[in-house]
Amino acid sequence: MARPRRLRKIVAPPRFKGYRPHGHQGLTGKPVELLYEEYEALKLADYDGLDHQAASQLMGVSRPTFARIYQSVRKKLALALVETRPLVAVYGNAWMDKSWFVCNSCKARYSVPEGVDGSRCALCGSSSVELIEP
Amino acid sequence: MKTVITAAGNNLSAAFDKRFGRAAWFCVYDHANGALVFEKNDFADAQGGAGTKVSELMVEWGVGKVISGDFGPKAKDLLDRFKVQMVVVEEDATVETLLERIKKS
Repeated sequence: MARPRRLRKIVAPPRFKGYRPHGHQGLTGKPVELLYEEYEALKLADYDGLDHQAASQLMGVSRPTFARIYQSVRKKLALALVETRPLVAVYGNAWMDKSWFVCNSCKARYSVPEGVDGSRCALCGSSSVELIEP
Repeated sequence: MKTVITAAGNNLSAAFDKRFGRAAWFCVYDHANGALVFEKNDFADAQGGAGTKVSELMVEWGVGKVISGDFGPKAKDLLDRFKVQMVVVEEDATVETLLERIKKS
């Protein structure tokens, strides 16, 4: 089985549910799914103007992983524009400041304030933790 | 960093108190030097606002992590705002077992 994806830290989720092309002719294609972490990557790199190293640290992933997320969002945006497909924001593999985790080994639940690593249990240190859906 | 475990008594074999604002005692463990102090909760029998007052106390002590059974909405808000990590444990345990667990991690 493939290793599960490490969760990406999101500072602020997108404030929209999606975007739709208007004024086009012909049918609109299937919606493109924009993941929260992809939106965050685009925001950090292009809106806030951070370099990939700084942005990857904010999201709690490695720089190459950040680059992959960034590449994927560029591809999706281009796809949506060129093929006149709507965009929908979907949750993806993300966690936020308000998120809580549950430990699979000791069943403890814990919050993750800013500056704390959420990938290990706050009580027993086990790395087998799961995100509680917000 | 300091960690607080809510306790029913003032020694290691005391039961873990699942209330936060109205816990009888607080077991304060300092990760930097391994010091262990038991502090009495003066707000345990307060008329109201125990959770708020105790949350403020945690910030005053410079606590980074609080282990308890449940946090009220006001306490949760405050601890969130002051970036104090909350850990909710629902099992019955003694202070000692929980302390061993955080020491090991």
